[in-house]
Amino acid sequence: MIHKKDDQNSLSVAITGSGGAGVITAGNMLLEAAARAGLYGLFMRSSGPQIRGGEAAAMIRLATHPLDAPGEIFDILIAIDWHNIDRFAIELPLSPDSLVIADPSQGAVPDVITASGARVVELPLKDMAKATPKVRANMIALGAVASLIGLPGDVVDGILEKVLKKRAADALESSRTGIALGGQAATQFEFTRPLEMPPPSTQKRWMISGNEAAGMGAVRGGVRFVAAYPITPATEVLEWLSPNLKKVGGALVQAEDELASINMIIGASYGGTPSLTATSGPGLALMLESIGLAVASEVPIVIVDVMRGGPSTGIPTKSEQSDLNIAVFGLHGDAPHIVVAPTTVGDCLFTTQWAVHLAEALQVPTIVLSDQLLGQTRATIDEPADPGFVSERSVAAAGIADYHRYALGDGGVSPMAIPGGAGGQYTADGLEHNETGNPSSQVADHISQSDKRSDKISGYDYGDHWAEIEGEGELAVITWGSTTGVTREALKVLAQKGHNVRLIAPRLLAPARPELMAKALKGVSRALVLELSHSAQFYHYLKGYFDLPCPVASYCRSGPLPYRAAELVTRIENWSAS
Amino acid sequence: MNVEAAPPALNARDYKSDVKPVWCPGCGDYSVLSSVTKALAELALPPEDVAVISGIGCSSRIPAYLNTYGFHGVHGRATALATGLKLSRPDLTVLITGGDGDGFSIGGNHFLHACRRNVDMTYIVMDNRVYGMTKGQPSPTTEPDWDSALAPGGTGLRPFNPLVIALASGANFIARTFAGDPNGTARVIAQAIKHPGFSFIEVLSPCITFRPDQREWKTKAHAAPVDATEDIGRAAKRLMTDDGFTTGILYIGDREPFALDDSIVAKGPADIETQFLV
Repeated sequence: MIHKKDDQNSLSVAITGSGGAGVITAGNMLLEAAARAGLYGLFMRSSGPQIRGGEAAAMIRLATHPLDAPGEIFDILIAIDWHNIDRFAIELPLSPDSLVIADPSQGAVPDVITASGARVVELPLKDMAKATPKVRANMIALGAVASLIGLPGDVVDGILEKVLKKRAADALESSRTGIALGGQAATQFEFTRPLEMPPPSTQKRWMISGNEAAGMGAVRGGVRFVAAYPITPATEVLEWLSPNLKKVGGALVQAEDELASINMIIGASYGGTPSLTATSGPGLALMLESIGLAVASEVPIVIVDVMRGGPSTGIPTKSEQSDLNIAVFGLHGDAPHIVVAPTTVGDCLFTTQWAVHLAEALQVPTIVLSDQLLGQTRATIDEPADPGFVSERSVAAAGIADYHRYALGDGGVSPMAIPGGAGGQYTADGLEHNETGNPSSQVADHISQSDKRSDKISGYDYGDHWAEIEGEGELAVITWGSTTGVTREALKVLAQKGHNVRLIAPRLLAPARPELMAKALKGVSRALVLELSHSAQFYHYLKGYFDLPCPVASYCRSGPLPYRAAELVTRIENWSAS
Repeated sequence: MNVEAAPPALNARDYKSDVKPVWCPGCGDYSVLSSVTKALAELALPPEDVAVISGIGCSSRIPAYLNTYGFHGVHGRATALATGLKLSRPDLTVLITGGDGDGFSIGGNHFLHACRRNVDMTYIVMDNRVYGMTKGQPSPTTEPDWDSALAPGGTGLRPFNPLVIALASGANFIARTFAGDPNGTARVIAQAIKHPGFSFIEVLSPCITFRPDQREWKTKAHAAPVDATEDIGRAAKRLMTDDGFTTGILYIGDREPFALDDSIVAKGPADIETQFLV
């Protein structure tokens, strides 16, 4: 059988099994071995709601070029067992070109799998593992996959050594045995290797998840205090920051709830330390009142919201782009603030770093809208250059005479006194105030301070970072966040077919910059808005707050199933033909 | 021979701002404001090294009336905001001021965790057993039969005992004072600031506007007959069984305050980025 390469010349592998079977471990090792062999990769995970056990799938896509989206179909699916496969088979698209490796001891291959027409072969993983002391089925599966796709054995072995160096010595030996067993067994399967191994490269690469990237961006931007409450799928931001902040002289405090975490970071930032929290939708909802306090008192803070399916508790382990409304409009009163969104796993670093810079420069709360798909996906990326965005807060000099904390003028940004600075004493306040900071309910003060808070963010030059704008053409697709990567891939497919469609993906969501969007849409006759939200939040936001110079249509659906390029290609083709 | 001039001694009024309080005539909080400034003067703390953090309510207005740094935040979250400030700026003296509704109702969870966390701060609650700013509703410390428009005939709920809760949650210094004794209150505040860890002071601060019956507090308040105890069991018994009007320092603990580890030699971001290299 001739294996059909996908349009992007990549290879996708899924390893599934019930929790504890070690599929995530095997997935991580496959991604890392591939990275060492010079391949870019993307590792998405799917897991059920169970704390331990339940179903798990490691979904890995590999290519010789950078990847920002899952592949169309899985070329190889290897199942350690079929536990709960009905629950997530939809997340594992297969075709007649796919190779399914099944363990006959786990029962017949389920209908949801055979219905795809995929070629099924048998590999008795469990019996092979049993027959050899301490060998685990996940290592045999990894060995089989590595052999099928042609990863050099020494590279796989190097990863084993790295991962298992802290374990007992026999763990390394038994894993080696498992890998070898799987590799030998796989030679019986016919599989045309679709991936050429890339030539050696001197380009340094990173392997990083979106949540780690957000943490690293915070550190690069100068954040040295974090307070937070654990919440899926943002917890990895915190678990990465806790030890790493310490290394750069900062600290993370686990708060008693999100109300406390947001107020702790306001307190720390008031004291002069750039500060951040990370949460997901339910936590953001709890924080809103105090984000308004930071707006009113002009205290810079950064809130990373790793979005998940909502409303309410929703689907904690899976993705959706449905917190846009609450992030942009959730605050009571007229409360100008900044909302930004990363477009790829690697961009979580840039965008969070930029968010720290913006928050500090403009003394305003800044919300970063990441999501589960970006946050919990691990990618191999080119080492990201440091764009140099750091905290540059305007601080009042100590000993200043006649200090007015909320002085008007200078575009709305007034120097902030930091406790300890003599002569700068003022009371930061959620009450409306006059220029000195003293409470005021006077008409003139409310108008002038409202202008100040609004002018400072609307008059700022956000530069080219405000959006990713790619390609030419009379048709445009406008999207944001985690839908950007897959849209980019869909547009490549369309370009190969001769259709040029422009991509516009704003990184800056609020304040709305209609003039920038109008400029990006120059020469465009029609635009399609793509998003993962049942109620088309982004589409309605664009329609309401941007002067769109052309007719605009919407394609949206709820999460948690991420878009794949083929779905978007079909939608864009249907729309462009309509 | 050079004689360096000593820095001018500060007196209480140097800690006051020129903002006029919004409080009613006869409010106990005037006296607490004066006690805070007396305590700061007694400790000769430079005003710029002091931050006073509050939430919402009549007594939470205090920061604006002081010439220190201050933060008048949202309702109930003052202890959390102060925790973030003190942990990141251990050089500052941090006070938290507020009322019974702010601290024990909407801020109840943060109160528990502030006591438990035991960060070196002083929390002064002006307890008048009523919501004054919203004009007279029952709070968690209000008597069950106190009649109001919101709860005609009373709430029927037993008031809770914040001092016992503070003790059980881990506060390291527990005191009760009466606003009618501003000098005594000032002395306790000064001691609370000096004592390491989380210090909690309940100041009985009458609201004669909505609780005219509280005029009688001046006859009810009485000094504790014995000195502060360091024995947590004895303190629990005393706090559980007293009449709610015993004043003085009632418990002094020796728990190590919580602070962030500052012993690590900081690296730069570039040094930690190497962990991501393939």
